[in-house]
Amino acid sequence: MKILVPIKRVPDPALKTKVKDGAIDLTGANWVVNPFDEYAVETALRLLENGEAGARVAGAEIVVVTIGPEDAAQQLRSALATGADRAIRVDAEDKALDAGVVVAALVQIIAAEKPDLVILGKQAVDGDANQVGQMLAGKLGWAQATFAASVELAADQKSVLVGREVDAGVEYKRIGTPGILTVDLRIVSPHSVKNNVTPATFAYPDGPRYASLKGIMAAKKKPMDVKKLSDYGVTTTPVTREVGIELPAARAAGQIVADIPTLVKKLADEAKAI
Amino acid sequence: MTYLFETDEHAALRAQVRRFAASAIAPHSAAWEEDEEFPAALYPAAAAAGVLGIGFPEAHGGSGGDLGHILVASEELILAGRSVGTAVGLGSLGIALPLIVRFGTDEQKARFVAPTLGGERISALAITEPGGGSDVASLTTRAVKDGDHYVVTGAKTFITSGTRADLVVTAVRTGGPGHGGVSMLVIEKGTPGFEVSKKLKKTGWWASDTAELTFDEARVPIANRIGPENGAFPMIMMNFVGERLALAGQCVAIAELCYRESIAYAKDRTAFGKRLTGFQVTRHKLADMATRLAAARALTGEVCARAMRGQMVAAQAAMAKNAATDMLAFVADAAVQIFGGAGYMRETLVERLYRDARLYPIGGGTREIMNEIISKAEGY
Repeated sequence: MKILVPIKRVPDPALKTKVKDGAIDLTGANWVVNPFDEYAVETALRLLENGEAGARVAGAEIVVVTIGPEDAAQQLRSALATGADRAIRVDAEDKALDAGVVVAALVQIIAAEKPDLVILGKQAVDGDANQVGQMLAGKLGWAQATFAASVELAADQKSVLVGREVDAGVEYKRIGTPGILTVDLRIVSPHSVKNNVTPATFAYPDGPRYASLKGIMAAKKKPMDVKKLSDYGVTTTPVTREVGIELPAARAAGQIVADIPTLVKKLADEAKAI
Repeated sequence: MTYLFETDEHAALRAQVRRFAASAIAPHSAAWEEDEEFPAALYPAAAAAGVLGIGFPEAHGGSGGDLGHILVASEELILAGRSVGTAVGLGSLGIALPLIVRFGTDEQKARFVAPTLGGERISALAITEPGGGSDVASLTTRAVKDGDHYVVTGAKTFITSGTRADLVVTAVRTGGPGHGGVSMLVIEKGTPGFEVSKKLKKTGWWASDTAELTFDEARVPIANRIGPENGAFPMIMMNFVGERLALAGQCVAIAELCYRESIAYAKDRTAFGKRLTGFQVTRHKLADMATRLAAARALTGEVCARAMRGQMVAAQAAMAKNAATDMLAFVADAAVQIFGGAGYMRETLVERLYRDARLYPIGGGTREIMNEIISKAEGY
């Protein structure tokens, strides 16, 4: 079985966003793998291994792909360090990309790679667009299951049973392969991924795995293809346009009020909340 | 700033250790320091995250890597974990195990090294005695051969991780006086006659437990001796180089943390109508901190790089340690000064780091012993 995991680099969400001259200031930004994409890589790894034995299922392959500038190779290496087998970087500047361009490129990569599953993060935490997985399924005409909180690969590897947390509970969907999966945070819980290989009783540590120093060293030697958008015949240009950037207004300091009537009056007159 | 020897690999390693320390240590750092202990469950967690085995060969359960990887990982453990005591407590295997890895038999490595790196057992190194610390050649804990055992009698003190160590790599006297009569034994918890006599209260490093150990006719199998009988003195001296560079690296890491905390506070705190960074006196204090930090980092990194190339660096490692401890004393003091009254309060991180800093001109060989080593090497 072959799984393709597209990943995106994002500015470290733990750091404060700086706005300068009406644009987000990314000079000296610390780039990290989009957290949901890390969960996608972890999902792929768990689907294709015996977690208890720590051994990959024979014949399984995980390919990670990113569309971005040269620096983005570092995020691919970090996915390789945790266990992905090879990487593809499609060279492009961030501002030449939007969901449409990314999907156009991924459609061609998928045609060339022929994966059984494509697993993506449900959204990237920079733009929060939440579009690529769904658009990709539409363009390919493949089945999709979005916001996966759990997944079980059938023993015959022909389908996956996906649990999605919805308002009323958990909705289960079975989709055939090839298919598109987008994952939510819950997918990296200890028992969220089952593959009929890892014993059902086995509990993973919570969260995506750590890359070992050995894995980091090995990642340097794993293959990474570098392509251009034109190699895939992509001529699509972005249709989304950035109109302006501003930070939310600073919040005013809290107040301590003397009694309930004052509180109600302030909620009504000042906060206009009631 | 990072070390000059660092590559993309080191950056990737930093990211991994940072993630572990930020999630597994930082949320509890203040509580563990106040409790004077971190939970033993942190050992297997750190092992699973690949943190414990850094710098040890894969053949013995380690993660691979060299002194440079150790320095970088330990720096991130301190920067992101924000508890020096926890970092050094976890790190006590870093001084206990290298002796076994270098001089032990395969059987000893399998018994002691792999389970420690796997987080199943806790290891400590015991050299200092109540009667004397730096003077290793004069240690008095006696081990007398009796059949296939040594009978050990004596005491050790200031032993990091000693109160709960499963194995204590202990320097004992098996021969005559002086450095030619010292051997190394692994003494295991549960050995009759081996007791933790005291958990010691310290100025800093609170989350790391420190013990006084006593041996009252403790019978230790000869099979637990590391290296040749009466041959431990050069082993101990060799081990010191790595330990001193690691300590210099910790000073750099703690100072970096003090510096970052100080910048954040000075940018945020207002006095006399402007930010502290609006005052030249604050900016220049920060600039002095940055400069001394950069200098100590440069020397530590250079000596580390030389050691990795196989050069003999005993004297340079001593210089790096002294340069780094002096630097940290200055930087930690300046950080407390920038924080003012808040810097004197137990709830403030730099207050704790200031106390942690005082260990470094003493532990792992005092500032004075370092100067003796340098004097000898320089030939005066």
